[in-house]
Amino acid sequence: MSKPEVAIVGIGIHPFGRTPERTGQEQGVYAVRKALKDAGVEWSDIQFAFGGSQAAGAADTMVSKLGLTGLQFINVANGCATGGSALFSAYNTIASGAFDLGIAVGYDKHERGAFRVNTRSHGLGDWYGKQGLALTTQFFGMKINRYMEKFDISHNTLAKISAKAFRNAEHNPNAWRRQPFSEEQILESDMLSYPLTKFMFCSPAEGGVALILARADQAHKYTKTPVYLNAAVVRSRRWGSFEVMAPWIALDDAAGPTVDTSKAAFEMAGIGPDDIDVAQLQDTEAGAEIMHMAENGFCEHGEQERMIQQGETEIGGRLPVNTDGGCLANGEPVGASGLRQVYENVLQLRGEAGKRQVPNDPNVAYTHVYGAPGISGVTILSK
Amino acid sequence: MGDQVPIEEGLFTWPSDSPKLVGSECQDCGAIVFPAQSGCPRCTSDNTETKELGTRGKLWTWTIQGFPPKSPPYQGDVDAFEPFGVGYVEIHNEVKVETRLTVADKEVLEIGMEMELTFIPLFTDDEGNEVITFAFAPLAS
Repeated sequence: MSKPEVAIVGIGIHPFGRTPERTGQEQGVYAVRKALKDAGVEWSDIQFAFGGSQAAGAADTMVSKLGLTGLQFINVANGCATGGSALFSAYNTIASGAFDLGIAVGYDKHERGAFRVNTRSHGLGDWYGKQGLALTTQFFGMKINRYMEKFDISHNTLAKISAKAFRNAEHNPNAWRRQPFSEEQILESDMLSYPLTKFMFCSPAEGGVALILARADQAHKYTKTPVYLNAAVVRSRRWGSFEVMAPWIALDDAAGPTVDTSKAAFEMAGIGPDDIDVAQLQDTEAGAEIMHMAENGFCEHGEQERMIQQGETEIGGRLPVNTDGGCLANGEPVGASGLRQVYENVLQLRGEAGKRQVPNDPNVAYTHVYGAPGISGVTILSK
Repeated sequence: MGDQVPIEEGLFTWPSDSPKLVGSECQDCGAIVFPAQSGCPRCTSDNTETKELGTRGKLWTWTIQGFPPKSPPYQGDVDAFEPFGVGYVEIHNEVKVETRLTVADKEVLEIGMEMELTFIPLFTDDEGNEVITFAFAPLAS
């Protein structure tokens, strides 16, 4: 494995779900204060920040509550990869030698129901949304529908993904939906976008996460249990890939940005998929987790059917996936979602994940996000 | 009584006896996209020209929109909402186009089935015009 240059030395989270009494920004501030305490530092020690929210205002306004220390604070906006992009930027700021200690923060607060898409902000005409296209849920339904036919994935396997998410979340006090559902309940809930039912989709939600990063060679100043960032990569789509918010797709077929991002991250870390002990993969719906298992290199296309039926991605399985309940049980506050995955992996690597701790003392962990209009972010962490 | 008007000028030829979708074709590498745009996302050239697309293709994938989309942006009738089909149709040798489908029945829709272009009324605008958009229907056998 490559020699890490950057470590995560403090983590903080505001519970995900609905918190009517706090604004999105207040949830972000709450997460920052938790992370500072975890690292044993003061806000005035932080030299730089990258932060983002999609629907809850500019992150740099947090300084009015946290303290006007004059630090460099840069807002990040990159769809579902906002958190991943904040982390990527913070990682490079330390790796470049510009600063020694900084923070990546993300938070959000979305309205109820499916994401309301502003087609113009995606560079698309009004006609696209007016006629009832431009729904992220449609893309997910269409991608998994084709995938299920091509690679023989069953409806029951979709249901098993959701059942696992809610079961894992039962042991996560920061998760939103912590009530287990049976596979039958999941399959029989409202059909929102065939073949995906209501309980197979995550919902836009609220929450905040903050991570404090330091130079790897200084990490022990702050914590006995540093977690190293061996890779942080973000990529966008190439010609021929099939992406959300696409009025057309090229005739040629190409792999999506997740495949490129994953390969680059493994190369950067100098390891392969077999070295990963626990993974958090973007599961905006049950089909996404299935397809992302293969796109990230953890199995061949179609192999998921057997793996999931045999429980290989359960907490006690060969490759535990989405141990905190994922997006399905936590919801998706866009700015915070990618950082939540890293938060969970830090807990798992520290051995602090409580009842959802994966056994066998994990050493290497993986996160993956995917978002509109075809971007992906991956991190690889180790202890 | 108003007229029939297209949901957006330039998206398809209208009015016309046989309306067609209007995409663009790169004059350097031949890549076709829809709707028409000024740059080529395959070869990065800016030498593109509009092109009327074929009217038949194969259903590449599909879903059924089971709940009323948020309005705005959706302009269809939310109160009398009926689920509708959505899919990508691979127009022969040209491009895959995302489209509403005239069928919303999972027993009928099948990946690979032959489809053809049609036009459907979406809603009535403030001036009483019937707003028309494109859709694909299973090819009558």
